[in-house]
Amino acid sequence: MDSLLAKAGGWFALALLALVMAALAVDAPFAVHMVIIALASLIALWATLMRADYQRIARGLLKMPGNEGVYDDDPIRWGVIATLFWGVAGMAAGLYIALQLAFPALNLNLEYTTFGRLRPLHTSAVIFAFGGNALIATSFYVVQRTCRARLAFPTLARFVFWGYQLFIVLAATGYLMGVTAAKEYAEPEWYVDLWLTIVWVAYLVVFVGTIVKRREPHIYVANWFYLSFIVTIAMLHIVNNLSMPASLLGSKSYAAFAGVQDALTQWWYGHNAVGFFLTAGFLAMMYYFVPKQAERPVYSYRLSIIHFWSLIFLYIWAGPHHLHYTALPDWAQTLGMVFSVILWMPSWGGMINGLMTLNGAWDKIRTDPIIRMMVMALAFYGMSTFEGPMMSIKWVNSMSHYTDWTIGHVHSGALGWNGMITFACVYYLVPRLWGRPRLYSLRMVNWHFWLATVGIVFYAASMWVAGIMQGLMWREYGADGYLVYSFAESVAAMHPMYLIRAAGGAMYLAGFLIMIVNVWATLAGKVRAERPMTETPYNAVADRPLTPVPAE
Amino acid sequence: MSYDNLRHFADSWGLLAMTLLFLTLIAWPFRPSARARNEEAASMIFKDDEHG
Repeated sequence: MDSLLAKAGGWFALALLALVMAALAVDAPFAVHMVIIALASLIALWATLMRADYQRIARGLLKMPGNEGVYDDDPIRWGVIATLFWGVAGMAAGLYIALQLAFPALNLNLEYTTFGRLRPLHTSAVIFAFGGNALIATSFYVVQRTCRARLAFPTLARFVFWGYQLFIVLAATGYLMGVTAAKEYAEPEWYVDLWLTIVWVAYLVVFVGTIVKRREPHIYVANWFYLSFIVTIAMLHIVNNLSMPASLLGSKSYAAFAGVQDALTQWWYGHNAVGFFLTAGFLAMMYYFVPKQAERPVYSYRLSIIHFWSLIFLYIWAGPHHLHYTALPDWAQTLGMVFSVILWMPSWGGMINGLMTLNGAWDKIRTDPIIRMMVMALAFYGMSTFEGPMMSIKWVNSMSHYTDWTIGHVHSGALGWNGMITFACVYYLVPRLWGRPRLYSLRMVNWHFWLATVGIVFYAASMWVAGIMQGLMWREYGADGYLVYSFAESVAAMHPMYLIRAAGGAMYLAGFLIMIVNVWATLAGKVRAERPMTETPYNAVADRPLTPVPAE
Repeated sequence: MSYDNLRHFADSWGLLAMTLLFLTLIAWPFRPSARARNEEAASMIFKDDEHG
């Protein structure tokens, strides 16, 4: 009882403190954020009081352990739902800004809905909110199953989930109000960064704690990837966001580094966010869920270990390829290029490892749309890890940089690899987590697969054309040494490509909405009556022994 | 340690140490006694009887 009072009192004090800070704030966005924190504290207070389960209090007094017989899946269920929720928000924002590029009037002449503010909202929502929730949820699922132990520190695991959602809300509302640290993929300001650091360290503690209490002698390779993702993101986040707040009651801060050092730190962060958030983390999902769905062990466990160490040792040096032909020293640019090209090998090793897991079971691609999604995800992993090293070569980069080719490359990786593998994992998890016999509809998974695949093709192809066209138009000199095209002419020439890109994005979002309906119906316990994905081939006439023919 | 010293250390002994560490780590699963362990680790995820 005392601890309940202390908890409720603590939440109330936190809400009051946030309100005092809101009153003293030096700028309006900071005041809004403090009000949001106060509201979050009050919601936590309400939840604490409503859930005051007196039996649990008694059990707490007797120090009884929780039920160690089943896995702790509640935070994973919340995480799956949060993944879907933020996915819709982030992808809808992406479609909207894609249409803004084709029809600028869609910025509505409001500062809150300009491209510059919605763009970080889109990138953060899809990478950190959609992808991040998927990573946290699947990592909690995988680490429990492969360690055969319940989550260590269950309360802390719940704090990680809700703390991460608060981080997302603060970041997103900040972007709309124009609060930004002006670092790509690290836009949140200093106080939001500090909050994320606390949440992330708690995440590390829960994950490592679960590994420490494991019942299996070996730590399965997926956990290596998850752990490297958690540790590296913590390191990158802290170093890149080192800054000095202008006021402890305001939302503005100044970065610790300046000039080219700042640029290099930013892209050391930026590229390793790709390497350890969007690659290592999602590879962890691949190394658990692909073998499980295919019902066969990974093709080569040794290859998965080589894949792991090569990514760890190589990725960290590739960042400077974002700064070709800038003030960065030439040797650093070349270093970034060389390591990017070398990275191609382990990436393809990993792709082959994932694909060859299906060796001997390739028919599952025809019969199982979830496997089909996983294979497409691996194919896009392979394609974008080939395209990336190619674009990091200075000669290619001199044309591709600052053009929409980069946007196309990012989306073939994000939509094709991260999106598809996340969808496949959610489809794998939902019936298991909610104890359903199967998904509501496998045919809807198939529709999702095709809408997403065709959408990506439209997206990537239009951006290739647009990017190469931009690159060529910008560098086209006439006989007299003047540029042939003005910048506005290259913008006008992009219009058809932008329409095709928006159509591709709309298809991808439509597939995602089908997924929401499917998951929703599965949660409701419905099963759709539908023709199965495969018929059982059976020929009754042929299915009999050869009759012996008497000799003549 | 000045920037210059650090830089020369990084592209000589530092680089060598990292390369050797990397080679050791990727050679480790190839030692003959690791074969059985690798196979056991790869199929360990199928022992799960709750969500198998």
